[in-house]
Amino acid sequence: MQGCYDPRTMEKSKITPEQVRHVARLARIELTAGEEEQLRTDMDQILAYVDKLGELDTSGVEPTMQVGESGTPMRADEVTNSHDPEAMLANAPARERGYFKVPKIIE
Amino acid sequence: MATSAELNRLTIADAAARLRKREISSLELTRACLARIAAVEPRLNSFITVTEKDALAQALAADRRLGAGDAPALCGIPLGIKDIYATKGVATTCASKILKDFVPPFDATVIAKLRADGAVFVGKTNMDEFAMGSSTENSAFGPTMNPHDLSRVAGGSSGGSAAAVAAGECLGALGTDTGGSIREPASFCGVVGIKPTYSRVSRYGVVAYASSLDQVGPFARSVRDTAILLRSIAGHDPRDSTCSARPVPDYERALTGDVAGLRIGVPREYFVEGMEPAVEHAVRAALKRYQAMGATTIDISLPHTAYAIACYYLVATAEASANLARYDGIRYGARAAAEDTITLYEKTRAQGFGAEVKRRIMLGTFALSTGYYDAYYLKAMKVRTLIRRDFERAFEKCDVIVTPVAPATAFKLGEKMNDPLTMYLSDIFTISVNLAGLPGLALPCGYDSSNLPIGMQIIGAPFAEEAILRAGDAFERSGAIATRSPAL
Repeated sequence: MQGCYDPRTMEKSKITPEQVRHVARLARIELTAGEEEQLRTDMDQILAYVDKLGELDTSGVEPTMQVGESGTPMRADEVTNSHDPEAMLANAPARERGYFKVPKIIE
Repeated sequence: MATSAELNRLTIADAAARLRKREISSLELTRACLARIAAVEPRLNSFITVTEKDALAQALAADRRLGAGDAPALCGIPLGIKDIYATKGVATTCASKILKDFVPPFDATVIAKLRADGAVFVGKTNMDEFAMGSSTENSAFGPTMNPHDLSRVAGGSSGGSAAAVAAGECLGALGTDTGGSIREPASFCGVVGIKPTYSRVSRYGVVAYASSLDQVGPFARSVRDTAILLRSIAGHDPRDSTCSARPVPDYERALTGDVAGLRIGVPREYFVEGMEPAVEHAVRAALKRYQAMGATTIDISLPHTAYAIACYYLVATAEASANLARYDGIRYGARAAAEDTITLYEKTRAQGFGAEVKRRIMLGTFALSTGYYDAYYLKAMKVRTLIRRDFERAFEKCDVIVTPVAPATAFKLGEKMNDPLTMYLSDIFTISVNLAGLPGLALPCGYDSSNLPIGMQIIGAPFAEEAILRAGDAFERSGAIATRSPAL
């Protein structure tokens, strides 16, 4: 795993400022410079903590993706919801003639 | 006979009996709760929205049903609802700026069930934003104060519901529990709360945080009352494919008071150094009480306990990063002004989410990103299997497991806000239960020297709600401790 050195402590960091910016782009969250640095520090600390999972040998262990009863129950394929565009659009931040309105996507 | 000033302090079981006998009306009962809300809200901040008008109309309708002899279990009982549940026509904010004006056009399944059972809703309770937190300090609407000590937190994320029940603003409430969000605030506020087995209760219409962990559950002032509420909300829902089709037992009938022969597992990993001595003392005293009632205690080990928090903060944040992708400012919720859609998303989410929500989305996105998925997310899912197996082995030897809910009583407001990891560690005794999908009951078992409530947790095997409720009720009925109403 790549890393960098925290200039204050000279300890190896788990996450670089570039990685924080990359993750913020993936998560679609604009960060201020202050937030970026705070998140890097926090994530660094949390990732160092979760590294303790590495102490456990999990070879041959199946991952638990879901607890509870296995299988997805089936139901009849029937229309149960009513067609009420006004209710669907009532919370829209911007709307026009029965549509959700967004900024221009295609130039 | 209780005066109207005390009606809001009745248990659900007592109030329901008196409503049926027409000794009191739901209107009187609801008014008593609303008066209490008006009196204490400026100090507590348990509610984000108080629905006084709706509540009074619902109370009148309940009184008509009671008059006609048609009285379902919760007819006329005033409840608080965590602001994470979709409530038709009533704002559902999830304590976030991004949903501040969101008014759902539908009811969550559990809300519809409670309505059918005649419940009265006095309002939507405060919480950590998107249920992410252990203190209700991460609310966009300010923190909820602990009714037992206003300088302390109510716990979280369902802190508003716990505080409202403790303070007598309602008779019961709904919360949600992803890593301890019902049990920890119940413990801090000295009330009862249950996180049912994963899949026992429908989550349709509940704002999703971490879908493999989230579960719905009630708060009340007695174990019997939580049993009554759980029966009302549990059961199959065709709208939630994870929801179990098992029949729902009459939980109240399980409350026999008899624990003779019950095998109680006591995990050594839950009595650790650094734990507040008063907490250990209270839980050990409760175990002695159980022995006196004919139960046996068995020393057990849950060897992977120390890895639960690390496991949780990868699993939960990864799922959260996916679940919260829907808040994009397009179809509902707040929207920031922007010239193009990508900037619109980035600014909307920057302005709409609080610091802890951003932190968890970032951590989860990182744990799922290319090159890190195996090392973080997949590793955590494998450790989750080990934690689950610990419990499976333990339940071969015992019927229930008893532990503290939290290593300490309610902490001071602001004390852990600048240190996310320390805040996460307050969930150390509750998180494993979510990872394993088990039911867990929190109930008061004592008070520390500052009069702060101490909570005991009773954990059961999957779908063993009856066993843990029976054990909790037996302790409550033994009179081992006298629960104290906060002097507000």
